[in-house]
Amino acid sequence: MANDDQGILWEVFLRVKAGRPFKHVGSLHAYDKEMAMKAARDLYTRRNEGNGIWIVKAEDIVSSEASDGEAFFDPSDDKIYRHPTFYKIPEGVKHI
Amino acid sequence: MNNKLLDFCLRLGDTSLILSHRIGEYCSKAPLLEEDLAITNVGLDLLGQAESFLKYAAEIKGNTTADELTFKRKEKEFRCLHLVQTPNTDFAFILSRQFFMDCFHKLLFENLISSKDETISGISKKAIKEVNYHLKRSSEWMTRLGLGTEKSNEKLQVAVDELWMYTDELFIDNETDIFAKENHIGPLSSSLKKDWSELVTPVLENASIKVPENNLFSLKYGKNGFHTEYLGYILAEMQHLPLLYPDAIW
Repeated sequence: MANDDQGILWEVFLRVKAGRPFKHVGSLHAYDKEMAMKAARDLYTRRNEGNGIWIVKAEDIVSSEASDGEAFFDPSDDKIYRHPTFYKIPEGVKHI
Repeated sequence: MNNKLLDFCLRLGDTSLILSHRIGEYCSKAPLLEEDLAITNVGLDLLGQAESFLKYAAEIKGNTTADELTFKRKEKEFRCLHLVQTPNTDFAFILSRQFFMDCFHKLLFENLISSKDETISGISKKAIKEVNYHLKRSSEWMTRLGLGTEKSNEKLQVAVDELWMYTDELFIDNETDIFAKENHIGPLSSSLKKDWSELVTPVLENASIKVPENNLFSLKYGKNGFHTEYLGYILAEMQHLPLLYPDAIW
């Protein structure tokens, strides 16, 4: 391990408590999944931050490209009617 | 004051204390950042265990504190095992030492949970959770290094061979063991040997590491107050500040 080989990059997700969604908290380097899991425990959960861990190889995550931003996200900028709050609820409609 | 009970607690406390100090020396020197934090966490767990046992030892002795026991005792008054005094030669040595000790601590604390002494039982209940994690971590590393590359296997074999001679002390009984056994405080050290071999051997074999022959290394042991040449240097560093400034506080 004299060279700079630090293993592969993993992304870490934590669940605060049972039933809650897993949230991304950071990343780490490790050679295999057992090592990644233990490193995640040691790096991210020593102060009761959660009781569930997911780890995912960073290379397995399909990510949108920054260059796709215009095509992907800009078209929704001026379409406020896509938000439910755009619509007035007629009087007398119940259960909404 | 119960001298034998004190001796028993000092052995537990000092062994964790000195291993924790050795790990502390390694802080910032691990081959990768994640490992540096992980091994230091193990050291902190051990320091917590040491503090609990030394606090209890101080209570038994009376008129002293865990800090005083740590920083003001002389070498011959320490009861730590030789294995934890061995130097941080390289990563393979640090991991092998840890693995041997984790296996030993697992068996010891599992047994001490049912100690008739409530304080020892209480500390052990808390410690066993930490130790189970330490053992998972160190046994995975044994496998990883053993099956890694030719070089990592070779380095691990050297570490295992060199450290093996310090493992016989783990299972040597002295008067304190006999006292502990008779009073249902703890097991005879010798009674843990078979289970220890059964924990250690499969991990070594799966990692393509040859299990060394069992040779009796020494008749003088840390648990009797006779130490390796290393302990004096460890204590010199550890006790330096409190000896220079006896009333120093944070």
